Amino acid sequence: MSETNIYLPNLMRIAKITEESPAVKTFRLEFVDEVAAQNFEFKTGQFGLYSAFGEGESTFCIASSPTRKGYIECTFREAGRVTAALADKEVGDIVGFRGPYGNVFPLEDWQGKNLVFIAGGIALPPLRSVIWNCLDLRDWFKDITVVYGARSVADLVYKHELKEWSERSDMQLVTTVDPGGETPDWKGKVGFVPPVVEQLGPSAENTIAIVCGPPIMIKLTLPVLQKLSFPPERIFTTLENRMKCGLGKCGRCNTGKSFVCKDGPVYTLAQLNELPAEY
Amino acid sequence: MADTFELSHEALNGLFAALRKDGRRVLAPVDSDGRTELNEVESPAQVAKDYLQTILSAKEVVFPKVERLLSYTTGPGKVELKDPEPKALPTVLFGVRPCEAAAFGALDAVFNWDTRDSFFNARMAQIAVIGLSCTKADAACFCTTVGGGPADTRGSDILLSPIEGGFLAEVLTEKGRSIQALAPELFQDGRGIDKTAVKLDKAFDQPALTAKLPGMFDSALWVDQSLRCIGCGACAFVCPTCVCFDIQEEADPKQGQRLRCWDSCGYRMFTLHASGHNPREVQSQRWRQRIYHKFSYYPERYGMLGCVGCGKCTRACPVDMNLREHLVETSEMKA
Repeated sequence: MSETNIYLPNLMRIAKITEESPAVKTFRLEFVDEVAAQNFEFKTGQFGLYSAFGEGESTFCIASSPTRKGYIECTFREAGRVTAALADKEVGDIVGFRGPYGNVFPLEDWQGKNLVFIAGGIALPPLRSVIWNCLDLRDWFKDITVVYGARSVADLVYKHELKEWSERSDMQLVTTVDPGGETPDWKGKVGFVPPVVEQLGPSAENTIAIVCGPPIMIKLTLPVLQKLSFPPERIFTTLENRMKCGLGKCGRCNTGKSFVCKDGPVYTLAQLNELPAEY
Repeated sequence: MADTFELSHEALNGLFAALRKDGRRVLAPVDSDGRTELNEVESPAQVAKDYLQTILSAKEVVFPKVERLLSYTTGPGKVELKDPEPKALPTVLFGVRPCEAAAFGALDAVFNWDTRDSFFNARMAQIAVIGLSCTKADAACFCTTVGGGPADTRGSDILLSPIEGGFLAEVLTEKGRSIQALAPELFQDGRGIDKTAVKLDKAFDQPALTAKLPGMFDSALWVDQSLRCIGCGACAFVCPTCVCFDIQEEADPKQGQRLRCWDSCGYRMFTLHASGHNPREVQSQRWRQRIYHKFSYYPERYGMLGCVGCGKCTRACPVDMNLREHLVETSEMKA
């Protein structure tokens, strides 16, 4: 009996590169193999392992929406060996992709509800997949609100899409930058994400909150949401622990009995409260 | 139900010859430079006498320290992947202690609980285990505390227990019967002969320990126990059940390979995020992870323990951390 090699990546051609902010890029990737392209399916919330051949693999979410067919996108900050090698790539170059891995945001369960997305810095990419997915299924949901903060105006990613979202009448976008990060022509808010959310004060009534950001932002935003009466079952986040296999074997994303790569990366606060705080 | 036979020392010579004639290599504990390690042997005479255990475990045979997962060649706008067929030689592991034989089940739980790991499985399919019951134990041993025993049959295809003039052989599996079938005349009827092995009292109440661990996460005990841990990872290296691995790249500008290497939750880098954030920042958190993974998360996830009580980690620890003693201490703590 011959089994397939679960560590073998798909070959992907870089179709488009977008410079988002200093050291942050978005790749649009297309499958080299047509059969693989046709068989590929994913749901929002899932992630993959991206190869820079010669350097290794890194874990990022799939930042595009499954409603946009024929490609996947990933957004990454140059932070180490693999991401530096990826950042050197050009359109037409080949990279690897294994996935999709992990669980999903339960959009079916969110039908008929208001959605509040809260993201900080480089953590917008995982939520961008969900946001576009929800916008492409706009009838499913009631109000959609996005709060997005970054250290400075230059650090905001997806600037072209933020503009598009701010012009849409069927959603509300609130952008903010940390004090000192604003430019003279900045039209958004100045302040950290948690107080901006508190000031905005979204009603918890029939509302789902989806939070993703650096640990400190999440830590300070959760009490705000609790104050606004969001129950832990309706607060979602997505974790990105260090991973090597993505398949629940290599052991490093192990948090309590949970594997972030298999049981996550999407968790409700109620689920996280059951786990040791090792994420 | 095992078939029980008597296998004389002389018959064992014949069995080794038959195995090698069948094209199988035989790996057994061999003494060399004061260490006992698994090595290829031709005859029982080469096998170590009176050894307690090997220093390293038998896991390396099915889960090598370094294993190629794939290789590739690269050129401008082009990458060609090569999928290595795992090369596994037909192998008999002789003289494996029952604790280590049981550990193959714990490895299998991780490698195959969801997707199946073709590399591990190709190697497992090619091995047969002739276990050997223990006639002695040391202060690091606690197999009987974690559901095993000095003559436990789990994981062995044939289990030998020393008796006067040779061994009592319990033929336990299809693989065991295929070995017996190579030279059936060597196996004499052994029904009615008792197997003897060393007696080892339980060191602590393991089910009670597993039950209380979830409530002890924030105990100061983990800091106390691990103050002297230097995070060297020797415990994971010698452990027959430690399965956590790293994936590393070895490449030049034209070609490369992706390698799976042993890793340890005791290392700081194991969980370090790209942002610099580390969920297990200090050694006591990593020590706690080791205990919880084996005695709490494993049972919850796979319905078995991630420890076989072999004591290898204790014998290998350069700062004399004794797992058995630490577990006894933990189980005596008020929850």
